[in-house]
Formats: sequence, C-alpha cells, structure tokens
Amino acid sequence: MGNWDWQVFCKNTIDGEVMPRCFGSGGDITYLQWMLSAWGWTISVSLLALVVAVVVGSLMGILRTTPSKTLILIGNAWTELFRNIPLLVQIFLWYHVIPSLFLPLQKVPSFLLVVLALGFFTSARIAEQVKAGIESLSKGQRYAGLAIGLTLPQTYRFVLLPMAFRIVIPPLTSESMNIIKNSSVAFAVSISELTMFAMQAQEETSRGIEIYLAVSLLYFVSAFAVNRVALFIENRVQVPGMIGGGK
Amino acid sequence: MLETDFGFLTWNVVSGFIIKGFIFSIQLTLAAMIGGIALGTVLALMRLSGKKLLVLVAAFYVNTLRSIPLVMVILWFFLLIPLLIGRPMGAELSAIITFTVFEAAYYSEIMRAGIQSVPKGQVYAGYAVGMTYGQTMQLIVLPQAFRNMLPVLLTQTIILFQDTSLVYAIGAYDLLKGFEVAGKNFNRPVEMYLLAAATYFVICFSLSMLVRRLQKKIQIIR
Repeated sequence: MGNWDWQVFCKNTIDGEVMPRCFGSGGDITYLQWMLSAWGWTISVSLLALVVAVVVGSLMGILRTTPSKTLILIGNAWTELFRNIPLLVQIFLWYHVIPSLFLPLQKVPSFLLVVLALGFFTSARIAEQVKAGIESLSKGQRYAGLAIGLTLPQTYRFVLLPMAFRIVIPPLTSESMNIIKNSSVAFAVSISELTMFAMQAQEETSRGIEIYLAVSLLYFVSAFAVNRVALFIENRVQVPGMIGGGK
Repeated sequence: MLETDFGFLTWNVVSGFIIKGFIFSIQLTLAAMIGGIALGTVLALMRLSGKKLLVLVAAFYVNTLRSIPLVMVILWFFLLIPLLIGRPMGAELSAIITFTVFEAAYYSEIMRAGIQSVPKGQVYAGYAVGMTYGQTMQLIVLPQAFRNMLPVLLTQTIILFQDTSLVYAIGAYDLLKGFEVAGKNFNRPVEMYLLAAATYFVICFSLSMLVRRLQKKIQIIR
C-alpha cells in the first residue's frame, strides 16, 4: 500500500500498454474508457428502472387506497411479493426462470431483464410511499372531490394525486439514490456496469484500490447528482403554505 | 409453459447443499445484527455527543458507507483486509466483518432517531438525581430508545437477511449459493431458483408479519 499507480486507467485493456493521452484509438480502449462506458450502463439501468418503478409503484400505491377490496388485495400482494425476495434472487428469476416460462422473453436482452427486475423490486417500495402519501391527505379532500360530481379516477387525477406526489418527493429521492446503488447487483448477470468493471479490472490489473476508489467515487457522484435534481424539482413544485414550504 | 420437476429434491439434497448455506446466512445475519447494533449505538452516541471530533468521525463513517453500494463495500473489504493483516482471509469471515461494519452505519441512524425520540426531560431528570452521562444513557435513555425503535431495528434486520445474498460477489457459501450449487449439480437451475425465492419469501414475509404485530403491541402500551 501507499504506492499509487493511477496510470492504470490509461492502460490499454488488451495489452496493458500505457496509451498516450489516456484514450485508445482504432477499437482499442483504455481502462478509463471502459470505466466511463460502465458508468453509462449504471446510469442507463438506474434511470430506466426508475421510470418502471415510479409508473408501476404509483399504480400499485393508488390501487391500495381505492375502495375496492380486490384492487387493494392486488396492490398488497404485489408489494409483499417484491419486497420479501432479495433483489439478487429476483434478478436471477428474471434471467434464468421467467424466460423459460414465457418463451418470447428469451429474445429480450439481459439489460432489459435487469431493468425490469430492479424496477419491479423498487416499485414495491414506491407503492408503499405513494400509499402513505395519499393516506396523509385528509379524507375530506376525497369526499369533496366526489361530492362535486367528479368520478373516482377524476378525484385521483385532479384532487388527490397532485398533492400526494408532492408529498412523496423526499422519500422518492432517497429511493432514486437507492436505485443507483442497487443497480450494482446487475453484475451477477454480467451487465457491464460499474461493479462488473471493478471486479474485472481489479482481476486484470491487480490495482484494486485505485479502481475501487474511482468506482466508489462515481457511485457517490451519481447519487449526489440525483439528490440535487430531486431537490430542484421539490422546490419547483412546492405548494405554498405546506410544511416544508418556504426555505 | 414451464415444466418443473422437483423429483430430485430429497432430504439428502437439502441437507447436503442447502442447510449448510442456510446456517451461514443465519450466522451472518445474527452476527451483523448484534455487532451492528452495538457499534451503531456507539456511533449514534458519538454523533449526538456534541464533541466536534466525535461528531465528525461518526458522520464520516455513516455517510461514506451509506453512499457506496453494499456490493462494492463487500469487494472493498475482501480486497483490503488481507492487505492489512498480511494474509488471505476466507470469504465467510470477510463477509461477517463487512456486514457488521456496514450495517452499523444503518443501525446507527435508527438508534440516533431512537435516542432523539426520548424527551429531553428524561435526560435532565437523570442528571438531577445525580447520575453521570454514562449512567443516564445506560439506565434511562438507551432502554427507551431501544424499545421505541425495536420494530425498525427488526425491519432493518430483515433487510439485512435479504442482503446477505450479496456475498455472492465474493463466492461465500450462503443460502442462495446452496440453492445455486444444488441446481447446477442436478441440472435443475429453474426449480432451484424458484425454491430459493420461495424460501426467502416465506422467511421474510413471516418475520415482517411478526414485526407488524409487535409494533401494534408496543403502540398500545405506549
């Protein structure tokens, strides 16, 4: 320890030669380039999974607050199912089991399977928060909406959800940061994201500390960026007069 | 449609492949829970101590570990511990150390909230009857903090149990690995992954039901 070798990032991934200016040409890439592309995979998996999670999670969360017993049951079952199985096991299920259940899925690239796995896993947590957000509104809001003749879907669309979504932004922020961290589990099905890069580059170069430091820093930067964006959104959509309103 | 065949699954298979992994997963969970809560409580006390250095150290510890994915932390420790002690260390032992250190960061946030949930008057009452800081914490504040936070601490432990599957990254033999190896040996991976999911689900779901009941019980007494 103690003797750093940051040049490792400028090495060619094929022959280990240090490349001038740290970037390879003509198909050869350096570890730096590999890492940046891995960062891209981490971000893409996370953002796509976040979209899946927010859409499915909101839907399930809303179902759990409807008056219908069946819909509540569906929402509850969904949440419990995806919350009580480890993410890694869920990824294996999507990768090894579900394609043999539904043959068309065999043609789907593993990248998308991981997005679905991570998205559905996170949707259970988001469903929980959306439900809590809707329930935190006073019952009078729902009744008021129904009393002026709105249908139930309209009440959700125009009365309940605009408030509920603003309330759940802070917990959604921490879930989005979690999704970036959780995307690291995709290494297990050989998605070439940051953790996969870290493991392989460590093995090839034996400069584990430098590589792990760089990868950890990239995770940190990504999560921090999400945090800032979320804070920006939170401030933009703030309802005047509510708790947390006004800085 | 999927055709599954669980015919190969005899008691010998279960005891030969899965029990071993299951025992390790439980050991890892319990060790990390006990060690993590102990260390986490110390960290929480440091953060609330008002002493600049202690606050800084504890905050750095907690924030660093919470901003890195657990898989990366597992890899970090697997790489660093042998460098520090100068000889290789088995994946299982490395996992136990990693999880204790990592979970302490999460437990400490829970304990911090728990300590802060105890009214300030309790602390003043302790001082008023002549107790030292240590006595006040040990005899008055911490017992109440633990009690208030028990459901949250247990929920975190269920998450911890799920997370133990991530020792996959360093090849430790845990519950999931047991299912995987059995699936490979009998060429029945689909059945084994399904069974793994069902096992984790049954354990985690029933535990979280128990926690929910406990939560209601505690609420009534309060």
